[in-house]
Amino acid sequence: MRIETALAIAGIAVALALGSAAVSLLAARFPKVVRFAAMPLTGLCGVAAILAGLGALLSGGAATATLPLGLPWLPWHVRIDALAGFFLLLIGLVTSAIGLYGPAYVRGLEQGRDSLVALGGFTGLFLAGMLLVVLADDAFLFMIAWEVMSLASYFLVAFQHEQAANRRAAFLYLLMAHVGGLSILLGFGVLASFGDGFAFASMRAAELSSVWASVAFGLVFIGFGMKAGLVPLHAWLPEAHPSAPSYISALMSGVMLKVAVYGFIRLVFDLIGDVQWTWGMAVLAIGSLSALTGALFALMQTDLKRLLAYSSVENLGIVFIALGLALIFIDTGHPLPGALAFVAALYHALNHALFKGLLFLGAGSILHSTHERDLEQMGGLLRRMPWTGLFFLIGCLSIAALPPFNGFVSEWLTFQAALQAWQLDSGVMRSLIPIATAVLALTGALVAATFVKVYGIAFLGQARSRHVRRARPGPWGIRAGQGLLAVLCVLLGLFPTLVIGLIDAVPRQLLGGGLPDAGSRGWLWLVPDAFETASYSAPLVTLLLIAIAVFVVWGLRRVGLRRVRRCDAWDCGFAPPTARMQYTATAFAQPIRRVFALLFRVEEAQVPRDDGGMRHQIKIGDRSWDALYLPLAGLVETAARRVVRLQSGNVRAYLGWTLLTLLVLLWIVSA
Amino acid sequence: MADILTPSAWLLALLQALLFPALAPLLVGWVRKVKARLQNRRGASVFQPYRELRKLLFKEARVAHTASPLFRAAPSVVFVATWLAAATVPLLTIDLPTAVVADIIVLVGLLALARVFLALAGMDVGTAFGGMGASREMMISALAEPAMLMAVFTLAMTAHSTNLGSVIAHHLGDAFVLRPSYLFAFAGLTLVALAETGRIPVDNPTTHLELTMVHEAMVLEYSGRHLALMELAAQIKLLLYGVLVANIFFPWGIATDPTPVSLAIGFGAILLKLALLGAALAVAETVLAKMRLFRVPAFLNLALLLSLLGLLSHVILEVGA
Repeated sequence: MRIETALAIAGIAVALALGSAAVSLLAARFPKVVRFAAMPLTGLCGVAAILAGLGALLSGGAATATLPLGLPWLPWHVRIDALAGFFLLLIGLVTSAIGLYGPAYVRGLEQGRDSLVALGGFTGLFLAGMLLVVLADDAFLFMIAWEVMSLASYFLVAFQHEQAANRRAAFLYLLMAHVGGLSILLGFGVLASFGDGFAFASMRAAELSSVWASVAFGLVFIGFGMKAGLVPLHAWLPEAHPSAPSYISALMSGVMLKVAVYGFIRLVFDLIGDVQWTWGMAVLAIGSLSALTGALFALMQTDLKRLLAYSSVENLGIVFIALGLALIFIDTGHPLPGALAFVAALYHALNHALFKGLLFLGAGSILHSTHERDLEQMGGLLRRMPWTGLFFLIGCLSIAALPPFNGFVSEWLTFQAALQAWQLDSGVMRSLIPIATAVLALTGALVAATFVKVYGIAFLGQARSRHVRRARPGPWGIRAGQGLLAVLCVLLGLFPTLVIGLIDAVPRQLLGGGLPDAGSRGWLWLVPDAFETASYSAPLVTLLLIAIAVFVVWGLRRVGLRRVRRCDAWDCGFAPPTARMQYTATAFAQPIRRVFALLFRVEEAQVPRDDGGMRHQIKIGDRSWDALYLPLAGLVETAARRVVRLQSGNVRAYLGWTLLTLLVLLWIVSA
Repeated sequence: MADILTPSAWLLALLQALLFPALAPLLVGWVRKVKARLQNRRGASVFQPYRELRKLLFKEARVAHTASPLFRAAPSVVFVATWLAAATVPLLTIDLPTAVVADIIVLVGLLALARVFLALAGMDVGTAFGGMGASREMMISALAEPAMLMAVFTLAMTAHSTNLGSVIAHHLGDAFVLRPSYLFAFAGLTLVALAETGRIPVDNPTTHLELTMVHEAMVLEYSGRHLALMELAAQIKLLLYGVLVANIFFPWGIATDPTPVSLAIGFGAILLKLALLGAALAVAETVLAKMRLFRVPAFLNLALLLSLLGLLSHVILEVGA
């Protein structure tokens, strides 16, 4: 496929997303239009994005076009290259799964009071915004697309606005998205003033001094870091993502956070270009902090969707750990480990889109069948919803970075990149990277604990409430959407070498060098550097696992007794266990809460119950509220109170202020 | 390295893989025997674990009404993942194709896969003890796994390779250089091995008191051949950690070429090393008491700190020098 064709197909994808939004306007009269027209158009948009992304990655070139829209002196520029292609592919994969999943999910909302016009319309706009961010080639279009994406997702978070918690979450999201947007805008401002214009091409050519480059980097890191939910700017994420309908949560966690990663890569690696290792250290530190905090808070949650949202903070932390390593290696003149870390970051971004999309769709399917988000009420769902149970298990194993699933591949690559730290000259860097690696290892183990908890509490054991006991499997569309993502998780785990062959176009184009030896041994072997150094053969590991399993099962049939008898649970011969005697999600996490007690703000209280008994209540708070947000809010309030004194109600005073402002401005302009 | 992917090397890898389940019960029997002698008991024969496995194989398996299909699949998954992990550890020779297929990180990942299924199986029936065991096991592993990774990364960074065969070959080539990083990593990995294999002072494999159980609590509901698989997997895991510690830190004797003589020497060497390690474990289990559960994090933090010190002392002291 020629790269120009890929750009045209990407344009079609945007048009399909906008078409899906337009069609949804009819939903006020005909509610079924969302199910039968808007959602299929979304799916087609996903397929078009996949095609465009694959085309761009395979051709390896770049194509630009100028649209007859925008300001008179600044028409909109669009461009597709390998980096944009990779993120188009990522958006497309999740979106096409949602195209399958959405219709059945929306059907459940047709009877309700919620506005389907808003749901379908803003979903389409949200998608179009994300696609345009990736395609934009000037700061103007980029910011417009970015704001469309932010605003559309705001309305989706506020979709069920009858609940006060959702309105609050949406407002917090809107506020923080705009602070972040402002920071990105200022970053563009720095770049544009040196680069003579808002087009990316002129920014790329700009020569920034080291100080101004660092200023631009700082602004960009804050802006995109806020959207990516990096600690300590993550506070909005666990509130906003769970409030939206489940497949929107999948889009927000799986895809929108990746668009922020795209923006960061585009601005730092491409537009600023000349990276510095100190930035890498900052990114590495913030990434490690996010990974660990996200993992610990995810483990403490009992609301399934909130847990998944915190887990997104953790995963984006891992992506940024790898990006930080890439920055460090590239600036210190080690292109090969740099490219390895970069590929690891992209691979993990793609993996996270797939398994987090899958898990949110699974949570949505539980919500659809049981109207329950609270883990403490669930249990035994594997026997009631076997397909969702199977797909959710694949998602859990993938996110817990277990071989041979996809999460393991990106974790393996990140570890391999970190293990190249011995090549660095500076002792400080050499010793800080291992600490970040230790944090990554700890995070991985905590994530495994988290998803054992989720799966064990929700899908195994016995139902803890009546409505969960009566759960029925969802319609086939819901299962198909999850199945698609589950199959992709397995495939990306099984054939990492082929995937890396595809991703490799991005560092080749962007950094000037990829991983030349990655596929040197064929599709069977993943060899990042040299065969002696490290190798992993996912197909062979899987083959051996299956072969041994067949051998064991066959052996057990030959030897020993095959009879199995069903009986009551033994439980050491105490009274027959009831559902209430099971471990709860809170109890499961209690040992780790105790070990890491310093990091949480735990409030325990005895609350009297209606029936005269007592209820033990535990609230686990985020320390970042005390440390950052509340003081900041107090500061803003104090400043506002000072400013309010200007508002005397006297027109002459106002005119005086206006005159003064005008004079100051004139003085600045003339100086 | 590529030349080790020959049919004869694969055959040797198969032999090694079969040695693991064959030898694992013997190690457990040996540890029990030494422990019994230290406690002035005669103890059962060292072959008793084989008899127990055979007994379980010929017993009827009972499965609770409330169990899901995962309950019956889990023993196979746990056993297969543990066995494959063991097959990647050089037992007799360092030229091991399975070590190329799966490096140290994959080894840790496979053990994690087995652990996750063990914990899920514990939660499946929906009893209080199963959930308790799963919760404790995940807490212990959350702290032990990073310590283990840091310890093996120390070795991997020294050898510039995550391939276990290369790591051991590098150490052999070093002759008798005493590296401070290796000492730290050795201490760290030993503590991790105690925790991960459920030995005293972290867990007591012979306990009959439910409230102190970790590993045993998760397999409480298993019986018959399911239990046999779980037990054998646990025994293989013990052997795996034994071989890992023995062959990484004391690699002398392991075969560097696939001739029958050096393989026989390798076999004799590993038997000797394991006998010594097993005896050391028995002594440690006799003189130490089991810790309270909430003392275990301190123990594992020590392991993590030691491993991290190993890695740091390597990158600070040894790389530049």
